[in-house]
Amino acid sequence: MLKTKTALTTLTTSFMAVTALSGAAMAQSTTLTMLVDNASHTIAISEALVEAYEAENPDVNIEIETRPGGGEGDNIVKTRLATGQMTDIFWYNSGSLLQALAPQQTLVDLSDEPFMDRIMDSFKQVVSAGEGVYGVPTRPAEAGGIFYNRTIYEDLGLEVPQTWDEFMANNEAIKAAGIPAVIQTYGEPWTSQVLLLADYYNVQNAVPDFAEQYTAGQAKFASTPAALRGFEYLKEVHEGGYMNEDVGAARYEDGLRMLAEGEGAHYPMITFAIPALSEGYPEQIEDVGFFALPAAEAEDTGLTVWMPAGFYIPQTSSNIDAAKQFLDFVASPEGCQVQSEAVAVNGPYLIEGCELPDDVAAPVEDLLPYFENGNNAPALEFLSPIKGPILEQLTVEVGSGFREPADAAALYDEDVRKQAQQLGLEGW
Amino acid sequence: MAASTSMSSAPQRRSPYPGWFFLPAAVIYTVLFLTPTFASLYFSLTRWSLFSSTFIGFDNFVQFFREPFLVQGLINTVIYAGVTSSLKVVLGLLLAVLLTSNIIARGVLRSLVFFPVLVSTIGVGITFTALMHPTNGMINEGLALLGINGPGWLTDPNLALLSVAMVDVWKGVGLATVIYIAGIVAIPADYYEAARIDGATKLQNFLYITLPLARPATATVIILSFIGGLRTFDLIWAMTRGGPGFASDTIASVIYKQYQSGFFGLSTAGNVVLFVLIAILVVPLTMFLNRREGHQ
Repeated sequence: MLKTKTALTTLTTSFMAVTALSGAAMAQSTTLTMLVDNASHTIAISEALVEAYEAENPDVNIEIETRPGGGEGDNIVKTRLATGQMTDIFWYNSGSLLQALAPQQTLVDLSDEPFMDRIMDSFKQVVSAGEGVYGVPTRPAEAGGIFYNRTIYEDLGLEVPQTWDEFMANNEAIKAAGIPAVIQTYGEPWTSQVLLLADYYNVQNAVPDFAEQYTAGQAKFASTPAALRGFEYLKEVHEGGYMNEDVGAARYEDGLRMLAEGEGAHYPMITFAIPALSEGYPEQIEDVGFFALPAAEAEDTGLTVWMPAGFYIPQTSSNIDAAKQFLDFVASPEGCQVQSEAVAVNGPYLIEGCELPDDVAAPVEDLLPYFENGNNAPALEFLSPIKGPILEQLTVEVGSGFREPADAAALYDEDVRKQAQQLGLEGW
Repeated sequence: MAASTSMSSAPQRRSPYPGWFFLPAAVIYTVLFLTPTFASLYFSLTRWSLFSSTFIGFDNFVQFFREPFLVQGLINTVIYAGVTSSLKVVLGLLLAVLLTSNIIARGVLRSLVFFPVLVSTIGVGITFTALMHPTNGMINEGLALLGINGPGWLTDPNLALLSVAMVDVWKGVGLATVIYIAGIVAIPADYYEAARIDGATKLQNFLYITLPLARPATATVIILSFIGGLRTFDLIWAMTRGGPGFASDTIASVIYKQYQSGFFGLSTAGNVVLFVLIAILVVPLTMFLNRREGHQ
């Protein structure tokens, strides 16, 4: 282990020597490297930011590398961090996934940087570990809930549901009209978790200290009825026969297409889908609406908020100062404007002084009142460092009718225990 | 030098090469194979994050066996290895008999059978995932023309594992066939001539000459495909990622998922378990398959 480290250091040093030499030849110009995931809107935003930044700073050159998303991408990020091969800046999730990178050991602490004052506390909270704050937001705040097709709603004379029962009644009416009521895309298992995760506002309403108790190992999904409800929703949707026929093989892209083109009425999803919808279906985007996952009682319904990913700097970077300057630009009103021009906005920005353009897409209009009225709360994965990795398989099983909700919740609690032990948390 | 002293202490079987001839190989073997093996044995006893590891004894193994899906993964692995290796033996032997007989376009047919072996496993996986799509895959569309309502090959939890196994057989049977062809071609023609004089039928030729004398080839095919089946990962990952749910998880995919979740120590422990499992199943199998060869 030690030997490998020495060898790596030697390699890095010699590499640095080579770059330093070529740097001198190019008269002070700095080259920064940046790793982002390969989603089209991520690339579009990164390229727009880099282009705008390079225009202002001609001596800086930023090279973008891409990686796959999901678990595969997580592996790449972890491996590159662990072996000291990470780029100068990288794009990665906030919340519990960030905690798995051991930020205190691997990332540069930004808490003393002046630009951090512009970032809202709600975001700082989800990129912090110990005393340090490690990232700046790459996008606006997002939310989990249910996208719906307005044309179908209008044709059938339906109203946006305020309670879960009304939602199920709408599903029944849509099914009777011969349209799949709830689009599910288990060909990409991560998409199956949304019905459960977007219910967290309701869980927190019922059990206000759930996140705290859950992190301490005291509250469990199986024994907390409000938390178990998310698994039951999946079962109810399956038993109603509301889903599309190819649910097992359909992928996220198929889900967006079905929603936009009215091949299905509801798609439980996170609003990061909005840029992809506006880009892929510019004609139909105004037909798409959004509502929060309904609670049992209408007055309890609120929005579960997802924090965006962030830009981070690894401690192994040889250009930390130059990288910080780029982050300063990202976390500025100008940076927000560049982003708004690059891709469709999907929620309010988390940076002070940033304003939304006048013509936001229809689903964003539906989203903003929840932010203005204050009936919103972060998703569980931003309040607790623990998220069990097998949740997506369990939600596929419950949603396909192979497993009972209570059974899945108990298995998930076991998975959560394992994750907490790996993170070395107290009380497990 | 340790190697040369041990050489000289065994005078009756003296190697014609001096001990230091083996040194380069020994160094490569130690650096690339022995060190990682022993390092992984150590790391399987630790809770291992990105930069630090804490020694926790056998906790990882306890956890691994408490893993709710491990038992199913184990059963799936053995089913998968059993199904693929037995089908490769049967189909490989039949194809080899066909391809060593005097048929038209023998060379072309041999190439066709071997062709899938050359294609990337991931590519095969992705192609078959598209072909096996429940509503617009070519297989079910073909069945629909015949009036059959095709199942969800990869989305039905009862079928997913077997569907992947069938693709594995399609891809791997060419190699088994080549091994069998080599084995059959090596059988001296005298036996068949003698049998023809005795008036043996084709079936008798196959049962009493080809089958027993191709036994070394059978042993090779069984062992290679069984080990391959036990550690199978790429095809399963490309086609189902262990899903739907956990229906087609094998030990290798369970291990990979642990690694993916950042449980590095735990997944290393899983690798040690896989290593031991393969040894327990394959060593007796090899001994059994090779035992009767000595009696011939």
